[in-house]
Amino acid sequence: MKKIFDRLVRSQVWRSIFRHGLPESNRTRAEAIFFNFFFHLHPTKVRKRSIKFTYTWGLGGISFGLFIVLVITGALLMLYYRPSVPQAYGDMKDLQFVVSSGQFLRNMHRWAAHAMVAIVFLHMLRVFYTGSYRPPKEFNWVIGVILFVTTILLSYTGYLLPWDQLSFWGISVGTNMIRAMPFGIGEMISFLLLGGNIVGENALVRFYVLHCFIIPVAAILLMAIHFWRIRKDGGV
Amino acid sequence: MDKDFKVEITSDVKKVTKRIAFIKDRDAARVKKVDEDMVMTFPNLVIREIIAFQVMVIVLVLISLFVDAPLEWIANPEHTPNPAKAPWYFLGLQELLHYFPPVVGGVLLPSLAVIALIVIPYFKINLKKDGLWKELPRQTLTGFLIFVGTVSLVLLLFRVYAMLVPTIIVSTFMLIPYFSKRNNIFIEWLGSRPLSWWIMTWFVIIAVVLTTIGTLFRGPEWSWTWPWQRIY
Ligand code: HEM
Repeated sequence: MKKIFDRLVRSQVWRSIFRHGLPESNRTRAEAIFFNFFFHLHPTKVRKRSIKFTYTWGLGGISFGLFIVLVITGALLMLYYRPSVPQAYGDMKDLQFVVSSGQFLRNMHRWAAHAMVAIVFLHMLRVFYTGSYRPPKEFNWVIGVILFVTTILLSYTGYLLPWDQLSFWGISVGTNMIRAMPFGIGEMISFLLLGGNIVGENALVRFYVLHCFIIPVAAILLMAIHFWRIRKDGGV
Repeated sequence: MDKDFKVEITSDVKKVTKRIAFIKDRDAARVKKVDEDMVMTFPNLVIREIIAFQVMVIVLVLISLFVDAPLEWIANPEHTPNPAKAPWYFLGLQELLHYFPPVVGGVLLPSLAVIALIVIPYFKINLKKDGLWKELPRQTLTGFLIFVGTVSLVLLLFRVYAMLVPTIIVSTFMLIPYFSKRNNIFIEWLGSRPLSWWIMTWFVIIAVVLTTIGTLFRGPEWSWTWPWQRIY
C-alpha cells in the first residue's frame, strides 16, 4: 500500500500538480504552503501565539467559511429563482414543496447569512479587544469596517428576494430610513435603489443584481485585500 | 541569587557570531517577544482551519435540518403588518427612531457610529494602553463628569432609558477604581482599562440592548410587549 502511494506521489502527473512530495519534512511542509494557490496567502511559518484558538477564536476564518457556504448555496438557489413579481414568491414555494432538498438549501443560505452578520461583528470585537487595529494594521481595520458594512448590505439585499410580507415590509422600513437623509439626498438614493418611489418589481431586479453580482464581487475583492494586508502588515 | 541579571551564552551562529548577553530579569518579557515561537503553517494552522470549517458546517447543517427559514404570505403593499420590522441587525436603529427624530436616529447616529469605527486606529487616545486614571486623574475626572453628564441629560430629555441605564452602569464601573479605597484584583483590572476600551464596551452594550429590545420586546405601534405576549 505504502509502495503504491509512494509511486503515485513520485509520478509525473502528481508532481505536475503538486510539485512537492508528502509534507514529511519542514522543507516539503513549507512547499505545501507556497506552491499551493489556495494556501499561498499564508506564510510558511506562523507565530504559535497567533494560532492559539483563544486568541482569534477563529472568527475571521469562520466569517470567510460562511461566505463560501453562502456562495455555493446561493449559486444553487439561483437555479430555481426568477427575480420578478409574482414568480419570485412562487419559486420560494417551489423550493419548499417541489425541489428536492429545496427547503434545506434555503435554510442553509438563510441561517449562514444571519450567522455571518453576527460572526463578523464578533470578529471586529476580537480585533478591537486584542488591540490588533494598532499600527501598522490600521488600514486593515478600515477595510474591515467596510467589509462589515458590505456584509450587512449583502444580507439586506437578499432579504427582499423571497418577496413575502417579511421581505416587502422589512425593505420598506429600511428605505424609509434612507429617505430621512436631509437635502433631498435620501430621496435620491432611495429612488436609485428602488428604481421608483415604491418597493416594486424594479426594486426586486435591482436588489437581485446587487445581491448576486455587484456586492459579492466587491466583497471578494475586499476580502482579497484584507487577507493580503494581514501578511504585509506582519501577520496576526 | 540576588543579582538582578542572568548571564546567558548563546551559540546560535545564525543570530550572533559570539556574544555574552546580560538579560535583566525585568526585561525578560521583552526579550521573549522579539524571539517569538514559530511553527510550520502546514499542518499546524491548516488543520485548525479545516476543523473550524467543518464544525461550522456541521452546526449549520443541524440548524438547517431542524429550523425552517420563514416564509410569510406573498408581499402585499395594501396590508401593513403591525409592527413592520426590518431584519434584526437594523432593529437597534429602528429602536433609535422610536426615540429620536428620523434625521438623528436614522442618519446622524448610525453615520457617526460607522465613522467612529473607521477612525479608531488614527487617534492617539485609542492607541494608549494606560488605564483611564493613570495620567492627570483630576482633569480626567472633570472631563468625564462633563461628558457623561451632558449625554445623560440628553438621554433623559428624550426619555431614552434603554441607553441611559447602560450609560450610568458603565460610568459607575469607570468611577469605582478612582474612588475605591480598597483594592482587589477586580478593581485593579477595572483601573487598568484604557478609555478606548470603555467607549467600545459602552457602545457594544448599547447596541446589544437596543437590538434585543427592538427584536423581542416591541409589538403593535412599537409598544413594549413581552416576548410571550406576541400573537403572531
Ligand atoms: C467579511 C468579513 C471579514 C472576513 C472574512 C475577515 C477575515 C479575517 C481573517 C481570516 C483574519 C485572520 C485572523 C482571524 O481569523 O482573526 C482577519 C484579521 C483581521 N481582521 Fe478581519 N475579516 C472580516 C471583517 C473584519 C472587520 C469587520 C474588521 C474590523 C473592523 C476586521 C479587521 C481585521 C484586522 C485588523 C485583522 C488583523 C488582526 C490581527 O493581526 O490580529 N476584519 N480577518
